[in-house]
Amino acid sequence: MRRFRPFDHLILLLGAAFLMTPVVMAFMSSTHAATEIHMNGLFLTPGTEGLATYEKVLTQKGGFTGTVTGTRMVMNSTILGLGFALGKVVVSMLAAYGLVYFRFRFATPIFWIIFTTLLLPLEVRIMPSYQVMSTLGALNTYWGLIIPLLASATGTFYFRQFFKSVPDELLEAARIDGAGPVRFFLGVLVPLSRPMMAAIFIIMFVYGWNQYLWPMLMTTDERFFTLMRGIKTILQVWIGSQVPDYNEAFALAVLAMLPPLGVVLAFQRLFIKGLTESDK
Amino acid sequence: MAEILLEHVGKTYAGGTQAVRDVSLSVADGEFIVLVGPSGCGKSTLLRMVAGLEDITTGTVTIGGRVVNRLEPAERDIAMVFQNYALYPHMTVRENMSWGLKNRRIPKDEIAARVEEAARMLELHPYLDRKPRALSGGQRQRVAMGRAIVRQPAAFLFDEPLSNLDAKLRVTMRGEIRKLQKRLGTTALYVTHDQLEAMTLADRLVVLNGGKIEQVGRPLDVYHRPASTFVAAFIGAPAMNLLDARIEAGHLWLAGVDLGRVEGEARAVTLGIRAEDLQLLPTGGLPLRIDVIEELGAGRVVHGFVDDQPLCVSLPSGAELPAQLHLGAAPEALHLFDAITGKRLPQSVHSSAKVHA
Repeated sequence: MRRFRPFDHLILLLGAAFLMTPVVMAFMSSTHAATEIHMNGLFLTPGTEGLATYEKVLTQKGGFTGTVTGTRMVMNSTILGLGFALGKVVVSMLAAYGLVYFRFRFATPIFWIIFTTLLLPLEVRIMPSYQVMSTLGALNTYWGLIIPLLASATGTFYFRQFFKSVPDELLEAARIDGAGPVRFFLGVLVPLSRPMMAAIFIIMFVYGWNQYLWPMLMTTDERFFTLMRGIKTILQVWIGSQVPDYNEAFALAVLAMLPPLGVVLAFQRLFIKGLTESDK
Repeated sequence: MAEILLEHVGKTYAGGTQAVRDVSLSVADGEFIVLVGPSGCGKSTLLRMVAGLEDITTGTVTIGGRVVNRLEPAERDIAMVFQNYALYPHMTVRENMSWGLKNRRIPKDEIAARVEEAARMLELHPYLDRKPRALSGGQRQRVAMGRAIVRQPAAFLFDEPLSNLDAKLRVTMRGEIRKLQKRLGTTALYVTHDQLEAMTLADRLVVLNGGKIEQVGRPLDVYHRPASTFVAAFIGAPAMNLLDARIEAGHLWLAGVDLGRVEGEARAVTLGIRAEDLQLLPTGGLPLRIDVIEELGAGRVVHGFVDDQPLCVSLPSGAELPAQLHLGAAPEALHLFDAITGKRLPQSVHSSAKVHA
């Protein structure tokens, strides 16, 4: 048995406080009025405007055209996050399946080409991507937002490594058991990959949820506004003597934190398993 | 239920390595054939070619009268048991056994009946709804066998199925595999590098070396008349002693000792003597300088040198041994091999005592 070590706990508490304070501060500040924040700075104590602020943020029609509410933005971000996460898991699993289990020429060079795209972030290819999607008439659509970002080198890499660690005998046993490529994939590999799928899902959901530049470029229609853009627009109202609605920005930021938090909590077990354990 | 026929089967890998060359073998219906040899001798490759997991470079494989060279593993009417069991980790024991049948579109109640039957045979009932990870090594091995049995194949293929088990369990499972195979009467091909496993299981042994068949025969025939020094050294424990000897003037000479009459002109030969065929003599015979004694409980193995050539002798446990032993062997227990090719020589040794008598 370990002895109780106060010093260890102290370090952990300090670490937790360090990480938690900004979040708490954002939440507390969102319950105060904007002018109060403007005068006094951020708060660590609860204010009185909380309910009103959140209700306003979620339901008030805002934006240039006055059609987009906070709820709408949450929905858009969710669609983006889920679309990215699901799409990337499916695409990269299939890609890795092809690379690992099918003997075709240049499989390894192809893998390395995919792998090097890790070095090229979205920002590098954002103009050509935009051009392609705009020519396809995909501006201001959900699929136009999601599809160009679906190919994932990270996901393909993780699944490839995972599939490589699956013993060959499983494939051979499945072949003797009369399973073709599709049945082996669905019946054996997919169930075995569940922890890995969860890990990729979380990473990609957060990635999609946090997208800012790409949606801003792809959508001009305010119906497609995401939370990230919403926060930005609130802070962009420095006209004359008007004070930005800090409280609303904070409220949106807090709201924006909830779904990724939910996803992580839901998949936590599998997530850790997927990244650390090779359970075969 | 089927014969398996291998005709001039060979395997050359992409790099040009020849894993198996020109192997011809006929396996009778219901026979238990063990392929045995050191690692890298091509035994697993041969088995995998029969299974359809490796392409066949040359020759033909026939199972039950059907040439299967171009058939998928699932179409060959075989079932395989792997060394690491290769159970599907996410399925329960029951699902593991029935998955292959489901893929074959066998009716549900028939699947249930077959799984039931296999579980009864292998005493797997308490574990049917467990996942493989919750089972011990021996139980997993049973499940792997169950998966093979429910298929009701024409032949079982075993690829070192007992290698991952501990020594005691291996002996138990060995007996069970043998009993099960006899009961079902299914032809079986079994690969192992363990010569003891090979001896105890096989109806016939196939000793492989360097991708070629060295000898085929019933275990005791192979043991008593090894066709080459390779087989002599591989089958039996401790390994057969192989010593440089000479035929001269119609007699076999080792370390200046006359071991008996033998036909043929003067030449160097390799003499093989099993450790258990050597007996202690009061005087004369082969002088053995003792090096190490291994006590095994029931007996002991004495390692030593005859004229600087290593030799080991199995003796009963007992009294202290002197530093030098005098050994003799019956002439029938002396095996002669060609000193260069290692092949068995046709001559046999006769007692020289009779001549002098």
